[in-house]
Amino acid sequence: MTFALALEQLLNGLQLGVMLFLMAAGLTLIFGVMGLINLAHGSLYMVGAFACAAVAAWTGSFWLGLAASLACAAAAGAVVELVVIRRLYDRDHLDQVLATFALILIFSEGTRWLFGSFPLYLDIPPLLQGAVQLPGGGEYPIYRLAIIAIGALVAVGLYVLIGRTRLGMRIRAGESDREMIGALGVDIRTLYTVVFALGSALAGLSGALVGATQSVQVGMGEPILILCFVVIVIGGIGSIKGALLGALLVGICDTMGRFLLPQLIALLLPPAQAGMVGGAVSSMLIYVVMALVLAVKPRGLFPPAHV
Amino acid sequence: MQMHKMLAAATMALSLGTSGLAHADPLKIGMITTLSGGGAGLGVDTRDGFMLAIKNSGNKDITVVTEDDAQKPELAVQIADKMIQSDQVDVLTGIVWSNLLMAVVPGAVAQGKLYVSTNAAPAALAGANCNKLYFNAAYQNDNLHEAMGEYATKGYKKMFILAPNYPAGKDSLTGFKRYYKGEVAAEVYTKVGQTDYAAEIAQMRASGADGIFVFLPGGMGIAFMKQFAQSGVKIPVMGPGFSFSQDVLPAIGDAALGAKASGQWAPDFDNAASKKFVSDFQAEYKRLPSIYALQAYDAAQLVVSAAAKTSVKNTDAFRAELLRADITSPRGNFKFNTNQHPIQDIYLTEVVRKDGVLTNKTVEKIFTDHGDAYAKDCKL
Repeated sequence: MTFALALEQLLNGLQLGVMLFLMAAGLTLIFGVMGLINLAHGSLYMVGAFACAAVAAWTGSFWLGLAASLACAAAAGAVVELVVIRRLYDRDHLDQVLATFALILIFSEGTRWLFGSFPLYLDIPPLLQGAVQLPGGGEYPIYRLAIIAIGALVAVGLYVLIGRTRLGMRIRAGESDREMIGALGVDIRTLYTVVFALGSALAGLSGALVGATQSVQVGMGEPILILCFVVIVIGGIGSIKGALLGALLVGICDTMGRFLLPQLIALLLPPAQAGMVGGAVSSMLIYVVMALVLAVKPRGLFPPAHV
Repeated sequence: MQMHKMLAAATMALSLGTSGLAHADPLKIGMITTLSGGGAGLGVDTRDGFMLAIKNSGNKDITVVTEDDAQKPELAVQIADKMIQSDQVDVLTGIVWSNLLMAVVPGAVAQGKLYVSTNAAPAALAGANCNKLYFNAAYQNDNLHEAMGEYATKGYKKMFILAPNYPAGKDSLTGFKRYYKGEVAAEVYTKVGQTDYAAEIAQMRASGADGIFVFLPGGMGIAFMKQFAQSGVKIPVMGPGFSFSQDVLPAIGDAALGAKASGQWAPDFDNAASKKFVSDFQAEYKRLPSIYALQAYDAAQLVVSAAAKTSVKNTDAFRAELLRADITSPRGNFKFNTNQHPIQDIYLTEVVRKDGVLTNKTVEKIFTDHGDAYAKDCKL
């Protein structure tokens, strides 16, 4: 194994982690502030990807598509919060799971009705096409580096928003004691809608970014949603910092597992079998990591203090 | 008055008589296919290709009930039970995925129902466990991969091969290696439904392979090809026809240009049946047909041809008619092997842009009258 390959795989892990963070941040924010389990978060990711693909196809500009993905996902999130989610805050988690699962079906079939069953085309913008030289002789796609940069910006932005602004103060207050901030005159209903729209916009952004490297199709959000739940469980449900570290941990473990485990197993088994066994074991790896983390720290790595 | 009555009676008798002549027993077909979720494009093409052949036949005695399996084996089994028990279908068809087919077919044939597969063709049903009520109108799963193995042997010394970790994925790489005589640089199995292939592409770059073979149907292939094109890796990519079929090409875009694939048919085939199929399909659905549409079209043609000769209630006669494969397939040569899987020609195709649309162009013939490796174990 060369240095170039190891570096490339590390960047791949980092990039996957950043993508997961964009999704998981919204999910954990919504859970932290409103105590709501939102299974439809993956649908908002899909909304972002479809909005970006449709607008990019219509205008020819990926950047307008990206703006549209943020706007559409935030709008869809706000509407969903006003129409459905608002009625669920006082219900138990089972009702929330049931209602948001129904939302997945509605979003999926609605998208199919609008766009059809075939995947849409979405390409990365010309500015970010191609690959750059890495130290050690490898090459790495510029677009993936850009995703890492965007993820880092979002992480910093969230840190500033939550730690340094009035809205962030209200969000933190909402996490700690929602009756009390209501009593202090903060319009809690509007705050919830804003937080939900913010989380949705982040999901939409990651859907658009990922959509350009994958297939924009109905049902694309659910596989990544499962990973995001793993991330926030590892990180501590409700913690943005936990979501960031959990996402990076999952991204790097998953990538390195897919890369190294088959090679390790190949030392013991013939190559054909090693590929099969390695593939199977590496797809379980992140769940094993999750189980280990929960065995040592049952509330995740960074549980919010008040829970 | 009397005359009128007699005339009426005569006309009625005549009309009864003629309709009795043209009227075969009604035939009910149950189509279980994937119409929602990520694999829906494949199911939609399957359904549309099948219905096109039924419509073209003009046979009003054939009815088709269609249900969505959402690519879930347990759902497919429930639908099959319902279709057999309450809809009373005579023939089942339409399943795209091998794992779903394995869940449905053994039960269906045990209840005496015919199954004509439009796509999935796992090795498990082609050899010792073949069944006289199970027909496959598409291929045996290994076939297109075998053809790529044969092709790669000629020009490539060291191949990196990759497939998802499920029955058809294993059949794929087994089939490829059966005919590939060069060195295998690495054999990688990925998770079904995986969407990020950065880790695998990095291994390809480092492997020193001079060719890459991937079997990634549906959305997986779209994701892989787009990411591969961005990675800067310049090794030629090839795969079985599904990796670059008409259902995924528009979404992959120019990243697919030049990719080599194998197929028993491509939309540019120069024969009357193929031209009619493509133009009928385009007229009806406003898009080019994929390989799945072709396979379903032929499956429906087979059922229609048998229904025109005999009643489905007479299973043995109906089976014999199916086995004769008295159809004009757009793919050209088509007949059934002893295990009721096709013997057909397999071609090399290349992705090109034609009239602004990405499509597959036929390059050369790889296999003539190709059967499968499992037929010898089938005792029918």
